[in-house]
Amino acid sequence: MAKAKLDKEKLLWMYRMMLLIRRFEERTAQMYGMQKIGGFCHLYIGQEAVGVGTVAAMKKGDYLISAYRDHGHILAMGTDPKPVMAELFGKATGVSKGKGGSMHLFDNEKGYMGGHGIVGGQIPLATGMAFAIRYKKSNQVVVCSFGEGAVHQGAFHESLNLAKLWNLPVVYLIENNRYGMGTPLERASAVWDLSQKACSYDMARATVDGMDVLQVNEAMKEAIERARQENQPTLIEARTYRFRGHSMSDPVHSHYRTKEEVEEQKERDPISSFQAYLLDKKILTKKMADTIEDEIKKEVMDAVKFAEESPLPSLESRFSDVYA
Amino acid sequence: MAEITFREALNQAMAEEMQRDENVYLMGEEVGYYNGAYKVSQGLMEKFGASRVIDTPIAELGFAGVGIGSAMVGLRPIIEMMTFNFSILALDQIINNAAKLRYMSGGQFKIPIVFRGPGGSAHMLAAQHSQCLDPWFCNVPGLIVMTPSTPYDGKGMLKTAIRDDNPVIFIESESMYGFKGEVPEEEYLIPIGVGDIKRGGSDITLVAWNKMVHVAMEAAAILEKEDIEAEVIDPRTLKPLDEQMIVTSVEKTNRCVVIEEGWPYAGVGAEIAARISALAFDSLDAPILRVSSEDLPMPYAHNLEKEVLPSVDKVVRAAKKVLYI
Ligand SMILES: Cc1ncc(C[n+]2csc(CCOP(=O)(O)OP(=O)(O)O)c2C)c(N)n1
Repeated sequence: MAKAKLDKEKLLWMYRMMLLIRRFEERTAQMYGMQKIGGFCHLYIGQEAVGVGTVAAMKKGDYLISAYRDHGHILAMGTDPKPVMAELFGKATGVSKGKGGSMHLFDNEKGYMGGHGIVGGQIPLATGMAFAIRYKKSNQVVVCSFGEGAVHQGAFHESLNLAKLWNLPVVYLIENNRYGMGTPLERASAVWDLSQKACSYDMARATVDGMDVLQVNEAMKEAIERARQENQPTLIEARTYRFRGHSMSDPVHSHYRTKEEVEEQKERDPISSFQAYLLDKKILTKKMADTIEDEIKKEVMDAVKFAEESPLPSLESRFSDVYA
Repeated sequence: MAEITFREALNQAMAEEMQRDENVYLMGEEVGYYNGAYKVSQGLMEKFGASRVIDTPIAELGFAGVGIGSAMVGLRPIIEMMTFNFSILALDQIINNAAKLRYMSGGQFKIPIVFRGPGGSAHMLAAQHSQCLDPWFCNVPGLIVMTPSTPYDGKGMLKTAIRDDNPVIFIESESMYGFKGEVPEEEYLIPIGVGDIKRGGSDITLVAWNKMVHVAMEAAAILEKEDIEAEVIDPRTLKPLDEQMIVTSVEKTNRCVVIEEGWPYAGVGAEIAARISALAFDSLDAPILRVSSEDLPMPYAHNLEKEVLPSVDKVVRAAKKVLYI
């Protein structure tokens, strides 16, 4: 674990948030199995430290944007789990009124600029938000999350060049979970060390252990500072792992990775290691951990109940929101 | 005849053509080691090796262009789009290069390439993953657009597409891959631009393709109970269109409904209706109606998705409307 330079309150927030995301998604998987949730549904389980360490470094007013693996991001940005679960259920009370589903969660008010379904599609959008921040001379920062699979899209390269060329306050965050669907990084990328991609644009870069929420947080704080103070972009690669299949329709370990590999990676579980760290530092006690667990369980059950009891979108509602 | 699934039929078509011509290769995301996102390429890498069944990074514009470039110098690529939604990223290469290189060079090149994969909606995949782009491709001179509705057609059409010397857009369907149908052991080819009468009838013509053929067939079965005999025509190729088959049918039935999964505005249905008006105006006893998806991005919620899509019920209603009953 990296050394914490954070106050106790923040550390406990991180712990709580990672656990909330984990439990929320375990319940999501169950609800998917019961066909309460449909479509493509991608779980973040295993990657929680990346999103949470990132958001812990952001300020109110900053923007976060990501791909379809977005449940963790929107929760970390502070959106109530209730309308998030309701969106997964396709209900009128969902964050996107039942129009977006799992892949397209949005909370503009909280600065969560969405879950995007086209690999790499959100990277130019993040760059555009950073452009607007400079244009308006405001003091915000954009963080753009995407998988290592997205690094091979032209949109990534075009964006990095523009961000450096125009001095834009954006942090590009590669959440390298080793696989894009069934393709391991080494079969998709000419280079292994992905933050190297920053070098061709003379951009600052960092590589962090994505299973260590404190390391993620440190690197992100530095990058966000660089963006906010100097209008300089950064590329960060967080090395993480997804414990579940690519989506709910993909098995946990099909032939592209072994059961042993998944089990070995689970030893790096970002939540249990952080819990051990907090217990060791006496920031967390066993009793507190139990209380937090109980509170979260209730919070997630309340979200499911809310989703269950919410109405379906009215048929008429399909015609709204097409145009402003 | 053996009953096989749609995905097996397409798989056989690719395997047979790769066997027949070593210049044919398959490239796309997850086509090799993973055996295809929808398992259409199951076993092909094992059979033909990693030099002919090629996994790509997620880089549609790049690998579409690589396919076209290799076709300029003699290879015959099959490029799998994991779904046609992602072909939007490759449109520059498809439209500006594949469709135009032969013409711009005064015929110096041929571009024998197939872009294939599923199009249209599946189930609750929301706006970015539920798009039926048939008319986008049909609008471009230089492209051929084929879209089968049965395993039999799928196999015969895909083999033809691979052998053709032009760029072919070949649109399948996620929800049809599991459909079963009879496919003969012996080789057969289905020519480009030739439709198929899926059901004969004399009272009304229903034109439909891809999975809408099955919607039209169900509607026809309902109409039959009311003594209305619908003729269901599947053009199979959308460009070039078998307009003769459609016109001949309308001359007999005097009525027509076109059923398409895409959006109505400037859709393929509009093109078909315009051609019927031009070629068989005097035979028409009623306006031509279209049943399409609503002019909306696809919502996620299932109750809304169902409203947006064409349905058997909507087809029956449209048919009755043109029959004035
Ligand atoms: C442009 C595009 N091509 C293909 C897909 C299908 N697809 C969805 S997720 C995915 C893998 C993405 O991997 P990565 O970017 O590493 O993110 P991860 O899913 O691992 O979080 C693919 C190929 C897509 N959604 N968009």
